Amino acid sequence: MNPLDITRAAISNTFRSKTRTTLTVTAIVIGAFTLTITSAIGTGISTYIDNQISSVAAPDALSITKASDAAPGSQSGPAPYDPDSAVVGGRFDGDGSEFSSGILTAADVDAIAGVDGVLEVNPILHLAPLYIEHDGTGKYELAINANIQMITPDLAAGAPTPEGGNHVLLTSAYLESLGFPDAESAVGQPVSIGIADHSGEIHEREATISGVQNETLFESGIGLNQTLSDALREAQDIGSPADTEVGFFLATARFDPGIGEEALSALKADLAELGYNAMTAADQIGIFQAIIGGIIGVLNAFAVIALIAAGFGIINTLLMSVQERTREIGLMKAMGMGGGRIYTLFSVEAVFIGFLGSVIGALGAMGVGAVTNVILAETVIADLEGLKVLIFAPIPMLAVVLLVMGIAFLAGTIPARRAARQNPITALRYE
Amino acid sequence: MNTTATTLSPPMLAAHDIRKSYGKGTARFDALAGVSLSVYAGESIAIVGKSGSGKSTLMHLLALLDQPDDGTLMVGDTNADELSVRQLNRLRNQDFGFVFQQFFLTPNATVFDNVVLPLKIAGVGARERKTRGMAVLEQLEMADKAKNKAVNLSGGQKQRVVIARALVNNPKVIFADEPTGNLDTITGALVENILFALNRDHGITLVIVTHDPELATRCDSQLFIRDGRAVRSLDTLGEAA
Ligand SMILES: Nc1ncnc2c1ncn2[C@@H]1O[C@H](COP(=O)(O)OP(=O)(O)O)[C@@H](O)[C@H]1O
Ligand SMILES: [Mg+2]
Repeated sequence: MNPLDITRAAISNTFRSKTRTTLTVTAIVIGAFTLTITSAIGTGISTYIDNQISSVAAPDALSITKASDAAPGSQSGPAPYDPDSAVVGGRFDGDGSEFSSGILTAADVDAIAGVDGVLEVNPILHLAPLYIEHDGTGKYELAINANIQMITPDLAAGAPTPEGGNHVLLTSAYLESLGFPDAESAVGQPVSIGIADHSGEIHEREATISGVQNETLFESGIGLNQTLSDALREAQDIGSPADTEVGFFLATARFDPGIGEEALSALKADLAELGYNAMTAADQIGIFQAIIGGIIGVLNAFAVIALIAAGFGIINTLLMSVQERTREIGLMKAMGMGGGRIYTLFSVEAVFIGFLGSVIGALGAMGVGAVTNVILAETVIADLEGLKVLIFAPIPMLAVVLLVMGIAFLAGTIPARRAARQNPITALRYE
Repeated sequence: MNTTATTLSPPMLAAHDIRKSYGKGTARFDALAGVSLSVYAGESIAIVGKSGSGKSTLMHLLALLDQPDDGTLMVGDTNADELSVRQLNRLRNQDFGFVFQQFFLTPNATVFDNVVLPLKIAGVGARERKTRGMAVLEQLEMADKAKNKAVNLSGGQKQRVVIARALVNNPKVIFADEPTGNLDTITGALVENILFALNRDHGITLVIVTHDPELATRCDSQLFIRDGRAVRSLDTLGEAA
């Protein structure tokens, strides 16, 4: 039998028992559907993350924290008290242990600045402003994006925070509340930010909106330029005890983005040796990516388990059809069809069932995915510009179909072997 | 054993003292207890015996569908033991045609598809299958039924389709196991005529298994078999079912 005839015969055999085939295919459809959806989520999110890394992550900034030996949970007992460790001035309740890292002091900042390759260090002050308001339209709570130096903002309008005067970089989520119809109209408008001092008295500082950035999964919150940061900190520190040593929970360091991977690794290693954790924004996003990857992996594993269960359905179906077609197989063998060809015939049938199930499942997933993307984009992730949760890329889709066909082939080997080994005589002898 | 003096060439199939038993231990049953037989090209030979005497077993061994436990089987001048699986398949596909005790037609496939099955197995292309399949259906006056489903045919028509299928590969030998067993007398006679015409007009060798002495006598030679052994005469024959 030539390959074309085998394929044709296998396909038409598949449709001989329609109910049985339908049920088996349905089981595969469910597995393939799930796997396609989970892998599309994986593609969607990692595409988004990749875009974020390439567009948002500042290529020349390191986020530096002090490696703490008292990080909660990392050690069985508490670390001994060190009287020299800084108490961060400002709005810290307690000693700063709410941060999983240590506190950076002015000495630390100097040490970091002294490391070869570090061009500039900016300690990040902990600021806790209470509200933001535009033109008396109402006060809204605000979150400060302390990481603003680490990113290249994805701007909806305007420019990133310039120095010289107080400037804020708004995110798109604030537009409506502050009474702006769109991003363009917010640029250049004044806002006032309220912050409480040590004794609880509220001070307001005026600033200009320099630009509006799109909300992303990684960066949300309002960006402040250094001038505004300093002004707010000054207000925050009014009335605090004079002898408090100032500490920072974070510093950003600039380096030459052209130094290359190797030099960057060396730079990080140098900082690590001094006891500092240094990460680029890409590293930070990468951690996120690893977590998402892990979750997607688990979901994929469940889908594959469903597919393996469906594989047993294929075994069952084909064993029944080998049983039913005993006569026919015997006749074909008597007429000189080799065992190998019989084996191929049943294998192709199994693979075809897998193909049918996976294609229907994948197409179904694409349909459901297209609708879901639209719904999600209008609701849950409306603020996350550029995030498409489900992306059906051709290669992962093809991989799903091939994987299912592979599982189907493996499932088919058991019935196919039984068919191939059938003795024509016993098959043909009695009625 | 037939000793046709006119034939000098070796028999196309020869069995020498072949044995075959089924089952093991106390359940062991000797279906063939040493039978010898030669089939010469162009002759018709009948294997005659009661039901259960071992006729089908012998035919299956001759047709290389099964292997004897003991004894030798020659195909031309080659020992069947020396043939590879591939050669065996080729022989059965190209040189042998089969008419089994039942029709073994695929009920929901068309008459044409049933008939060209051996060609499909041989890997013959669709176009050639079409011409050869239709030619053989023409020969058996079944061309008008080519598109009918096999299940809708009468017994005699089914047997014609079966013969057409046995013929489609232009075989040298046709093995027919009780070819008239499932048919009424008149239809049976028609089918017999078809087979003997093939033997006479196309030189196709016939190996016919039967318990019908009349059919047996129409053949050039007969092998009588009882309880797995060759015997001289018909004696108790005719009562078999
Ligand atoms: N696969 C088998 N297992 C056990 N016994 C068998 C088997 N095939 C045939 N037999 C027995 O061998 C004997 C010969 O069978 P068979 O060759 O079919 O006889 P016939 O064709 O003359 O009716 C019978 O008694 C039958 O029951
Ligand atoms: Mg029989």
